[in-house]
Amino acid sequence: MLPPEGFFAPGIEEFFFDPYTWGPFGALEGTPFEVNRIVLMMLFMTGALCLLFGLGFRRAQVVPRGLQNVLESMTEFIRVQVAEDVMGKAGAKRFAPYLTALFFFVLAFNITSVLPPFHLPINGVIAVPLILSVITWVMFNYAGIKAQGAGGYLKGSLFPPGLPPFLYVLVTPIELVSTFILRPFTLTVRLLANMLAGHLILALFFYATTYLLLGPFQADGSPWYTAIFGVGALGAGVAFTFFEVLVAFLQAYIFTLLTAVYLAGSLEAHH
Amino acid sequence: MEPTVLAEISGNVNAIGYGLAAIGPGIGVGIVVGKALEGIARQPEATNVLRTNMFLGIAFVEALALIGLVAGFLFT
Repeated sequence: MLPPEGFFAPGIEEFFFDPYTWGPFGALEGTPFEVNRIVLMMLFMTGALCLLFGLGFRRAQVVPRGLQNVLESMTEFIRVQVAEDVMGKAGAKRFAPYLTALFFFVLAFNITSVLPPFHLPINGVIAVPLILSVITWVMFNYAGIKAQGAGGYLKGSLFPPGLPPFLYVLVTPIELVSTFILRPFTLTVRLLANMLAGHLILALFFYATTYLLLGPFQADGSPWYTAIFGVGALGAGVAFTFFEVLVAFLQAYIFTLLTAVYLAGSLEAHH
Repeated sequence: MEPTVLAEISGNVNAIGYGLAAIGPGIGVGIVVGKALEGIARQPEATNVLRTNMFLGIAFVEALALIGLVAGFLFT
């Protein structure tokens, strides 16, 4: 069980897997559609999400109970606390469905970080956060152009009114970079880095538990008292597992909230 | 005379870089949350607005620390 070369520190290579070659996946190998462990997890979690909502809302009742109750309180949280608070009733009616889908999608792909058979956040690979950020970017630009016209939207976001004219030399480049480049970039990196770092912390603590607890049992292994630190590492690992659950919810919430804020910002002209 | 090594540092400089990158956002998140709590204590009926904006502020401030973390992996 213990690697002979001593302690193995987890690194970014935790997230790289070879494509599957067995069964139906063999034919896909070498094509852009090849399936590895993470892609299989994506397919599974998407199916599980559809199943959960199908079961929860299959026979929706006016007085919800059980699963419907849980799901309703969560969807209502997104609609009221995120969509309506940020963009008002009219905007919320248009965008609440997407925001709800986005929240549950990100949450499902985050929660695999602590879900027993997987223990690997899907959002720890850049593909998913990047695509979601690009969708958000396209959406808020499209919504802005549709609501204010292309000229009005660009004028509103690049030349915020109410400034002395010479300041635009400074403000316009900053606005250009922050709105059109940094927004999708930080959205991607925030989600990616949070999940990546969380997984590495968990992996570090549990590797350390194995190493420290089993060390004294090896021939010419470590002294007996390392086992005490092994118990400490196990405790820290369990504590950080709960922390990861919190982070999974929080990051899904923040991703949804920022998408809503960007959409609301481009829906109405700056005052 | 043979040169003597008195102390030696080994490891990755990125660890120090990430430590430095975490200082600013740490202070920043502290200020954001502290001020938001102050506001909630003064005006409990504004809790919802303040909480939403607090998370927004945290999200923006925290990005710097996370970019520091990613940079540590990139520039090995």
